[in-house]
Order: sequence, then C-alpha cells, then structure tokens
Amino acid sequence: MAIADLMDQVVTTRLDELVSWCRKNSLWPMPFATACCGIELMAVGASRHDIARFGSEVFRFSPRQCDLMIVAGRVVMKMLPVLQRIWQQMPEPKWCISMGACASTGGVFDTYCVVQGIDRFIPVDMYVPGCPPRPEQLIQAVVDLQEKIQREGTMFGKEFYIASRQQTKRALQEP
Amino acid sequence: MPIEETVNALRVAFGDLPVSKFRGDTRAVVPTEKIYEALELLKEKHGFDLLIDITCVDYLNYPGAKDRFGLVYLLAGTVTNQRLTIRAFVNEPEPRVRSVASLWEGANWLEREVWDMFGIQFEGHPDLRRILMPEEFTAFPLRKDYPMQGLGERHNFPVLKRGES
Ligand code: SF4
Repeated sequence: MAIADLMDQVVTTRLDELVSWCRKNSLWPMPFATACCGIELMAVGASRHDIARFGSEVFRFSPRQCDLMIVAGRVVMKMLPVLQRIWQQMPEPKWCISMGACASTGGVFDTYCVVQGIDRFIPVDMYVPGCPPRPEQLIQAVVDLQEKIQREGTMFGKEFYIASRQQTKRALQEP
Repeated sequence: MPIEETVNALRVAFGDLPVSKFRGDTRAVVPTEKIYEALELLKEKHGFDLLIDITCVDYLNYPGAKDRFGLVYLLAGTVTNQRLTIRAFVNEPEPRVRSVASLWEGANWLEREVWDMFGIQFEGHPDLRRILMPEEFTAFPLRKDYPMQGLGERHNFPVLKRGES
C-alpha cells in the first residue's frame, strides 16, 4: 500500500470521528408524538428527567431543523403518508427512534387501520420497548444512538448507503 | 308530558310500532321509509330538539335477527328532559335511508360516520363523504364481514429506504 493512501486514510478517519462527535452531542429531536407515549416524551424533555443533560433538549416542530425523529405512539393509515413526508423533509444526516410498542410493532392495536410497526415504511435506528417506556429508557436509547453515531458515523453519511442496511426486511413479508 | 303520550302519538301517525323499555329508556322501531317523518314529528311537536347520536349495528349472524343493519337515533329534549331511542332497519344490497341533516345540522357528520363505517347511503345528505378513513379506502370496516385486521390496506404504502430519503 502506497504511503500516500495510508495518510489519506488516517486523516479521513479522524475527521469522521470529529464530525460524529459534534453530531452526536447535539441531536435535535423532531417529536412525532401521536398518542400516549407522547406524554412520556414530554416528561423526558421536562426538568425531572431532563434530556438536556445529553444534548437533545432542542425539540423543534419543523422537520427542516431536526436530525432525530422520535416516533412516539401508534401510526395509522392516514398518518403514515404524513410521517413519511416529514421524514423526507428532515435534512441528512438523520436518525429515527421508534418509541413504544405501538410505533415498533403496532402494539395491541392489531386492527385494519394501524400500521404494524413504522419500520415497515421508514428506516429505524433504535427501538424502545414498553407501553409506555420509562423516560430513562428513552434517554438510554438516545445515549445508545450517540454511541452508534460515534462508532460508525462518517462525514458524508456513507454508513447510510451500505447495501445490507437498505433492506427493510419486515416490509417484504405478509401484510 | 310523559313519554307514553309521545309513543302514542307515534303510534297514531305510523301504525302499531314495536316499543320496548329497558332500564327506564324507551325504544321504538319505525318503518325505514318513514324515519324522516317520524323524527320530524318528534322534533317539531314533542320537543325532542337534540339529536345525541346516530349509529348503527350490524346484525350479520346475530341469533334471531331478521334484518342486516339496525340504525339507532338517540334523541333528547332539552326542555322536557326526556329521552327516546328510535330504531330503523335497513338491508342489503343497497342499504339506504333518508338523511335527517336538514332537521339537525349535527346529523351531517354523524351520518357521514355511519356511511364511512357501515356503508349506509343517506339520501339527501349534503356532503356524503368518508369522515374517518382515507378517501381511497373502499371497504366499510365496521361491517361484520370485514376482517378486523383488514384486507392489507394498512400496509399498502411505498417503503422509504435509507439511501432514497
Ligand atoms: S406503546 Fe402504550 S403508551 Fe405508547 S402509544 Fe402505544 S399504547 Fe400508548
């Protein structure tokens, strides 16, 4: 391997790490709260649990200013196109936390109008179990996501284009 | 005016209606084609000025049921403090009944909901569109022959992948 190549790699890796470190410590969440989990999401932002300790306190209600979507609650047929649109409006790089049983799997609402897990239709990075999850669980998810960003984040988002990540496996199964 | 007088007036106007009582509530079954006249009479002459709800029951496979759908109109009089339940039965293939949106403005959305969930046509309704389900939905989900998990409509959406969004 030529020495020039090696230098190139060393510099790039460190820049990636620096950029990821900057990104992970100021995640701006987009609160997509459609049901009771949203109340717990508010508690996470409030003073007792205080997600500001982890740099994510700036909840923005415009998707253009966010890089972390937190889907809290069930998503129904009529809401899914809205969810997808908001996801598309968020600038790269962006991540998604699926909060609660309903957002992750549909929960107990196995009915004609409730989407059985948002990961069938949009990419999800973290799943938080619970009905509703405790605020500590959501904070843990944010911390885990920060770790993930630090571990594999790249400056130009190469990690998002890895072929094995492109498959949304469950969406291909039965309706 | 006791509720019996109202019921008697209904009987005089529309023949011998089946009337029943349950826990203090009075229910009368009106012929479907006379539902508008009956409700108009109750509103104009007997003080039932408030329409509380319109809803519907699907009697498919119900033991002893003769008709498919039972419409339920819940009425109340705000001055007389009386309540009355009026029922009417409709059947397939084209369940239809006359709209009462011209009597009570509030019937507009109630009838739209019954149309959305059960597919009952309300003739003369000013704007009979779906109210809860998306426009492109074709089934009537509260009918008993519609499966609870649906027919796959809930997963009929494009999938957004990482690279494309
Ligand atoms: S997971 Fe539980 S708390 Fe959360 S939206 Fe569903 S029902 Fe509500």
